[in-house]
Order: sequence, then C-alpha cells, then structure tokens
Amino acid sequence: MEFLTAYLTANNIIFFILAAIILVFGFLSVTTTKILRAATYLFFVLFAIAGLYLLLSYEFIAAVQLSVYAGGIVVLLVFAILLVKNLGEETEKVSCQKKLVSAIAAISGVVISLVTLFGFGFQNNESADELTANVNMETIGQTLMGVDKYQYLLPFEAASVFLLACIIGSVVVATNLKKEDKK
Amino acid sequence: MNVPVEFYLVLSTLLFFIGVYGFIVRKNLIGILMSIELILNAVNINFVVFNRFLFPEKLEGYMYGLFVIIVAAAETTVAIAIIINVYRNMKNIDVDSIKELKN
Amino acid sequence: MDYTVLLLAIPFLMFLLLGLVGQKLGPKMAGILGTAGLSVVTVLAYYVAYSYFLNKGLTLNGVLESAVNGDGSWKALTSFNFTWLDLSNANRPDLRIEIGMLFDPISVMMLVVITTVSLMVHIYSIGYMHGEEGFERYYSILSLFSFAMLGLVVATNIFQMYIFWELVGVSSFLLIGFYYKKPSAVKAAKKAFIVTRFADMFFLVGILILSYYTKTFSFEQINGDHAALVHTTMGGLTFMGCSVTAIALTLIFLGGAGKSAMFPFQIWLPDAMEGPTPSSALIHAATMVVAGVYLVARLFPVYFFEATSVLTFIAYVGAFTSLFAALIACTQTDIKRVLAFSTISQIAYMMVALGVSGYASAHEAGLGFTASMWHLFTHAMFKALLFMCAGAIIHAVHSNEMDDMGNMRKYLPITHWTFLIACFAIAGIPPFSGFFSKDEILTAAFESNMIIYVCQAFVAGLTAFYMFRLYFRIFWYNEPTFHHTPHEAPKSMTIPLIVLAAFTCVGGFIPFSEFITAESIGYEIEMNTTIATISVVVALIGIAIATFMYKKQNEWPDKVTAIFKNFYVWAYHRFYIDEVYLFITNKIIFGIICTFIAWFDRHIIDGFMNLLAWTTNLVSDETKEVQSGSVQQYAWVFIMGVVTIVALALYL
Repeated sequence: MEFLTAYLTANNIIFFILAAIILVFGFLSVTTTKILRAATYLFFVLFAIAGLYLLLSYEFIAAVQLSVYAGGIVVLLVFAILLVKNLGEETEKVSCQKKLVSAIAAISGVVISLVTLFGFGFQNNESADELTANVNMETIGQTLMGVDKYQYLLPFEAASVFLLACIIGSVVVATNLKKEDKK
Repeated sequence: MNVPVEFYLVLSTLLFFIGVYGFIVRKNLIGILMSIELILNAVNINFVVFNRFLFPEKLEGYMYGLFVIIVAAAETTVAIAIIINVYRNMKNIDVDSIKELKN
Repeated sequence: MDYTVLLLAIPFLMFLLLGLVGQKLGPKMAGILGTAGLSVVTVLAYYVAYSYFLNKGLTLNGVLESAVNGDGSWKALTSFNFTWLDLSNANRPDLRIEIGMLFDPISVMMLVVITTVSLMVHIYSIGYMHGEEGFERYYSILSLFSFAMLGLVVATNIFQMYIFWELVGVSSFLLIGFYYKKPSAVKAAKKAFIVTRFADMFFLVGILILSYYTKTFSFEQINGDHAALVHTTMGGLTFMGCSVTAIALTLIFLGGAGKSAMFPFQIWLPDAMEGPTPSSALIHAATMVVAGVYLVARLFPVYFFEATSVLTFIAYVGAFTSLFAALIACTQTDIKRVLAFSTISQIAYMMVALGVSGYASAHEAGLGFTASMWHLFTHAMFKALLFMCAGAIIHAVHSNEMDDMGNMRKYLPITHWTFLIACFAIAGIPPFSGFFSKDEILTAAFESNMIIYVCQAFVAGLTAFYMFRLYFRIFWYNEPTFHHTPHEAPKSMTIPLIVLAAFTCVGGFIPFSEFITAESIGYEIEMNTTIATISVVVALIGIAIATFMYKKQNEWPDKVTAIFKNFYVWAYHRFYIDEVYLFITNKIIFGIICTFIAWFDRHIIDGFMNLLAWTTNLVSDETKEVQSGSVQQYAWVFIMGVVTIVALALYL
C-alpha cells in the first residue's frame, strides 16, 4: 500500500499515461502501412510530448511545440501527403527481411543505451521542486533577447536568417520552372 | 514525489529508437520524414529533462530545445520541397526510385 | 676499327635504313641506295682479294701484314676480334663469345663470290621487281642477307658463324615468304625455316661438344697445327662405342646438311622457289646453300685428322643426294624447280669433293678440297646466271611452267645466249668454267673411291641431259600461244646476265690451286686427260640424247616415260619424301605426342586463368551491393557502427 501510494502519485500516473500514448502512437506511426494514418498518429505523439513539457512546468515550450510542431509541421506533412498521393495506390508492403534488419539495429541501440543509462547513477535532485523550476515569461524573454553570457540573442537572429534561407530555398526547389515558361 | 529522471530518459531512448526503426524500414519518403520528426522530438525531451532535473536555475537545455524545434520546422519545409520535386520527376515517392547512385 | 669493318657495317646500315624509312624513300631511292651500298662493299671485297692474293699482303689496322708465311703457305689474318659476350669466371676462364673478321684464302674467295652475285642480284632486281608492292622491304632484306652471309664467311670462331648462320636463315625465311599474301609462299617459308632450324639444333649440340673439350670456339685454335688441340683434348674419348670427335663432327655436318639441302633435309629447297626469282638466285643457288660446304671446309683439318670416317660418310651422303636430285630434276616441268634440284645435285658434288679429299698439297692429295671450293666459285656464277635467265623468261611469259614456253630464242636473244653458256658450263663442256671445276672433282673421286666416281660420272651425264632438256624446251620445241608477244628483259636485267656469263667463261682459267688448298700451300694442277675426256664424252652423250628428244616435239619422251612408268611417277613426285615428313609430323608428333600437351594447355593453364577471372567477378558481384544508393542502408550501417563503437569504447 505504501509502495503504491509512494509511486502512484498523480504526477506519475499522468506521466505513465502520456508515456504510453507517446510510445504506442509512435510505434503505430512507424509501422502502419497507410501514410495518412501515420501522420495522424504523429500528431498525437506530438500532442503528448507537449503534455510532457507541461508536466515539467515548462509552459512556453509546450506552447511552442503545439503551435509549431503539431500545428505547423504536421499540417505541412498532411498537405504534402495529399499532394503526392495517387488515388487508389497500394499501401506499402515491406519485406520481412528489411523489418528484421531494422529491428536488429533499433533493438541493439536500445540495449546499449539502456545499459549505459542504468549503469550511470543519476541522483535525484531534491531541490528541484516546483518553485525553482517555474520559469516565467519575463525570464524567458530576457534569456532569449539578451546579450550577456548565457543569453541567446545571437542564436535567435541566426535562427531567423536560417528560416529565411529555408523558406526561399524550398520555394526555389519546389518551383516548377520550365525553360519555356520563363518570363 | 517526482517522476525519477530515469523514466524520462528511458522514454526518450525508446522514442529515439522507434524513430530509427521507422527511418530504416519505411518505403515512403514522407514516412521517413515523420520518423525523423520522432527522433528530433526524443532528443528534445532529453534536453528539456536534463535542464529540469540537473540545472533547474539555468535555461540552457530549454533554449536549446527551442532552437531544435525551429530548425526542425525549417528542415521539414525544405525536405517537403525536395520530395515534391522528386515526385514530379519520378512520378512516385518510393525510396527505391531515387537510387541513382547505385553501383 | 678498320676499313674492313665496312664490309659488314654498310649492308647492316642499309638494312636498317631501308627497313625503317624505306617506305618514305620510295622504290627508286631504295633501289639506288641498296645497290650503291653493295657496290661499295663489292669494291672493298675486290680490293681485299686483290691485296691478299695478288699482292700477298693486306693492310689491316694501318699495318701492311704479309699474307704468306715463311714457308710460302697462306696466312690467316685477323682484322679485329672483340669480346661480345664475356661469360668467364674463375671456373671457366675462357668462355667468351667474340665477333671478329678472319681473312684466309677461302674466306676471301667467298667474299668475292658473295659480293659479286649480290651486286648482280641488286641490279637485276631493279628491273625484275619493278612495280612490286614491298620493293623497299625486298631491298632491305637483301642487305640483311648480304650482311649475314658476309659475317658468316669471315667468322673467326664457330659461335659467330652460328649466329650469322641463324641470321641467314632468318633472311631466307623473310625472302621466301616475301609474297606473304600467297598461302603457298607462307607455307614454304615456314618449311624452310623449320627444317633448317631443326638441323641447326644438331649443329649447336656439335658446337657445344666440340667446345666443351677444347675449351675454345676460335677456329685458329681448333684448326691450328693439324688440329692438335682437338687431338689432345678429345683424342681418345669414346661414347657408346663411337669416338666423341666423330659424333661432334657428324652433328656439325648435319647442321650444314640442313642448310645445304642434303638428303634428308632437301625438302625445303624446291619449295623455296616460291620467293622472288632474284632472291632464289642469290640465296638458294649461290650463297646460302653453300654455307654447309663452307662449314665443312672451315673445319677441314679437324675432319681430316680426327674423324676420317665422317668424311667418308659425307662423301656417300653427297653422292646419294646428287643422284637422287638429278633423277628428280629429269622429270620436273616447273623451270625453277628443275634449277632447284640441279642446285641440290651440284652442292652434293661439292660435299663429295670434300669427302674424298686428302690433305697434303704435294702429290695433289688435297685436290678434293681445292676442287670443291673451285666448283663453289664457278657454280655460284653460272647458277645465279641460270636463275636470272629463268627470271627473265618468267618475266616474259608470266608463267613458270615449261608448257607455256617454246621457241623463245627468237624473242629473247640475250637471255638465250647467256642461258646456253651457263648450260654448257654446268654440263661440263670446255672451255667454260664448269668443265674445269667438275673435272677436278671427278679426278679427286677417281683417285680415292671408284664407286663414288662412277656415281658422280653418271650424275654428270644426267646433269647434261636435264639441263639441255630444259634449254630445248624453253628455246626450241613448239611455240605455244602466247598471251602477248614475249619481249626481251630491260637493260637492268640483261647487264647482270652478261657480266655473269663473262665470269662463267673466264672462271675456268683462274689458277685456283695456287690460292686455295687444304694445306694453304699453293701448287699447280695437272689435268688428268683420261678423266677429262671421259667426262666430256659423258656430257656430250647427255646433250645428244636431250637434243634428240626435245629439240622438236616428238613421241620419244612419252616412250621413255612408258618404259620407266612407276619410277617416272615416283621421281615426278620427288620420291614422296615430303609426304613422309608430313606423315611423321601430323600423325605421329601432332596426333600422339601433342594431344595431351594441347589438352593440358587448354584446360589446366587456360582453366586456371579463367578461374581467377571468374573468382574476381564473383567477389565483385557480391561486394558491389555495399555501394547501393539507398540512404536507409547507409543509416543502418551508421547506427550499427555507432552502437558498436560505443559498446567497444565503454565496455572493452
């Protein structure tokens, strides 16, 4: 009973639910044969990860995750899928040999990582409780826009330039410019 | 009582390798792209969790995770542009049809 | 060096020049260059002969050396002798191969013969080969041949002679196969080369045996002092019952027999007539085929003092060959083949003369040697003349066969008269040169071996018969229908004919025995009138029979053929020796011995190579999959690699 109350706190339960959603939908996303369903499952995974961030009291990043990832990227992916989908196409069939080979890679990776993980003695930082972990927007804003040490104005600006470049690049790559159409 | 940090890390590990499995097994190009998203998200969880549990007063991992999201969005855009081009030339988006470098 | 090296250097340089840039020079320039080069060599050779024989002194290396010893015998002078290949070490201090030039009576005489005939052939070929494809190549090979033959006769040691021997064989091959687009010419060239090469194998073994014991290659040392060196080193040795010296000398003779077309190596010479006629004149009548005779003459002291049994063997082989060839020549219809068999027969005469020869100059015991060399000289002249006349006739009627010729004396006057002179010479009618030399041979044979004398006298009669049969068939007989009127040959072809005819007329009066004897001491010959009369009578009988049968067409040839029926057929087919050789090589050697070797080569050696290639192919097919264009495969390898490295780094 004590064991249960020790471990079955609300935190843990929510964590386990979210973890379950993530893992199950993640696995379904990679193994399903229908591509649109995979996109949907990805959406759910991203949603759950945002929830995970909320659990960790990081609201801002949860919001960013939802708006950019779940709201932007998945929509983009769905558009792309619908653009390139042939009506009545067959769902993809993957040979067993390929599945086996990939599983070997994945499982061996998991094994190594977990062995390393559990071999390392993580010490639970008890001082990390709710109050100190709470970051308010003011701190985030100052960290993002500041120029002191540990402050991220330069990467921010760099990221904006990078985004510009990517937008222009994808527009150029995707333009259907044939020589006769050039004006 | 908080969730011990190992649970988060196990979760992120599993998610990462689910993404790896998906990358190698998928035949559809967009499927591969989605597996890459899974990998990136797993890594993101890792960063944020480490920030939360080891350095709660600082925001290094937090900011880094933010930038990962930004970069992932940009990269997905470019990748989709390329996939659309591949579709125009090959008329399908099987990963087998872009093996021009073979042999 | 000395001016005498020009004798060898000029033909060799002409060979290289004409061979490499001949095509660019064009036929006219090539002909002029070749002839000019050889004229210089001829003048030099005549100068050397004049100095040596008539002035009895030769200027070598700036010093006038006397050509005679104190006792009046001819001396062998060496112009230079440098070591070409030095293989000596502590165990064998004398193993060297030298190249040099030796001037002694027979080599100087050969110089005159070779250069004269070669020059005549060069001039003649300008007319005969005019317009032929490969004209420049022809002249370059002629120069090569002249170089090789001159090198052979002036050789100071037996190995140098062997080297040039092979070179002569090569140029002969190149010339026989000159019309390389004709399969019969190619076959004939192969046959000549292989038969002579096969004989040269024996020659080489003979050289090696001889040199192994005497520890030297040099002629001066081997021949010196009545072959004393051979006597001391090999004198008493025997091998399986035969004396080692005899074995070595027999083997050396076999090598010479191959080159000189003695039985059983005579099969290549008739087929060698596939080559152009001037080359037949030079090589297969006058010069190369006498190389075997020259070889025996060179080593004559060793033959005489150490192995007289071999000399007897040589004499019998020569006698048999001359009879054999003469019988075949009576039946042939291709004029060049008749002349080829006549050559075989006459060279056999020279071998017989050497075989029955003695040594001492006093009492004319060494008459055979002198006669052989004299016959070599005169035969070269008139046989080259005969071949060149045949060339002129072939040039006029475009055919080799007797049936296409007849009554040619109206159309080819110069050829007619020169041919007649040569026929008289070969038949042995005085005062032409052939009479003198052949008579001396018969005298030498008479004085040593009656069987051989009777045989050779009979062959002399046959010679007269078949030569005049040839003469009458060409120049008298019936006139066949010509494609176009035959015309006389151009000046470039008739001038050599006239020059050689002049040599044939005066050659008999050269006091040969003053110059060339076995012992190198000159003496004066007296003619044995009995023998001379008998030989002239025999020749006249032969001519008479030929006149009777062939001057006008009549039925006598068919009657005679009917009498000899089977024998005639055998003689016409050259006694089937060619078929025997073909049988041995095809059925026995190729069929039985070579099948296993061929199988081994095809399956095991080729199979091994195929296996290597197949294995490489297999490995490549399997490993090329690494370079697939698949990104997923690359990612898989990447992940596995990282996992492996992490595992190794952390836990090992």
